[in-house]
Amino acid sequence: MADALTLTATTPCYGLLPKSIGTCDLIETNLGRLTSIAPYKQSALSEALKDAHRLAFPAPNRMTGNDGARAIWFGRDMALLVGPTPDAALAEHAALTDQTDAWACVTLSGEDAAAVLARLVPVDLSAAKFKRGHTARTQLGHLNASITRTEADSYLILVFRSMATTLVHDLVTAMESLAARR
Amino acid sequence: MRLPCPICGDRDRREFYYQGSAVALSRPAPDADAAVWENYVHLRENQPGDLDELWSHDAGCGAWLVVTRNTVTHAISGAKLASEAAR
Ligand SMILES: [Zn+2]
Repeated sequence: MADALTLTATTPCYGLLPKSIGTCDLIETNLGRLTSIAPYKQSALSEALKDAHRLAFPAPNRMTGNDGARAIWFGRDMALLVGPTPDAALAEHAALTDQTDAWACVTLSGEDAAAVLARLVPVDLSAAKFKRGHTARTQLGHLNASITRTEADSYLILVFRSMATTLVHDLVTAMESLAARR
Repeated sequence: MRLPCPICGDRDRREFYYQGSAVALSRPAPDADAAVWENYVHLRENQPGDLDELWSHDAGCGAWLVVTRNTVTHAISGAKLASEAAR
């Protein structure tokens, strides 16, 4: 049993999630290790990433890989390695920065997920334009966010950890307002 | 207003931060005349029509862009990476 002096690590959305509202579910997602990769030379890094993690370096607005290990395009000349501990060989070709505790990571899924995000995000995230494996650095409300479609009706959303409460508040408000109109 | 980011594609204006005329890319030599520096730091043409401007895609890819915007109509006629424009 924990005593009064034992500190317990909590996740960014501890006490805030999960939420099920209308047709949508919002859950916190444990992605494992998060590492930003800023290549010195993209071709060399891309080879190393393939050898070490069987992942292609993602083109802008794209994600590669799957649940076990993903590489999400994360900005100009940058990708986020999601899941595995980065292979030491990558450090020869890129600046690697551990970001594991820096991001609040949630998954929004359900029939109305795209409609919920349409209320908050100034990018067309509907299925016709934003398919599985597509990603965007954009805004969610006033928050800078990384948004990726991981499944047909499922989005992975990352914002700075300090913004977790605002993220959940904005998403829950949009979910409630859509549910109320069904 | 939407700006055509060469990396991200067409994006809403709110994702960007505005830094004014792209004159900042033509920095004078360190030993240039004081009048040249004064012109660079303080003086702008401010003419109506097409203007090359610096915009940062803050909430997107993070790149600095040179965007050509008509200051009368807000029509955008092009955008390129500032790193390429400065070459
Ligand atoms: Zn961009």
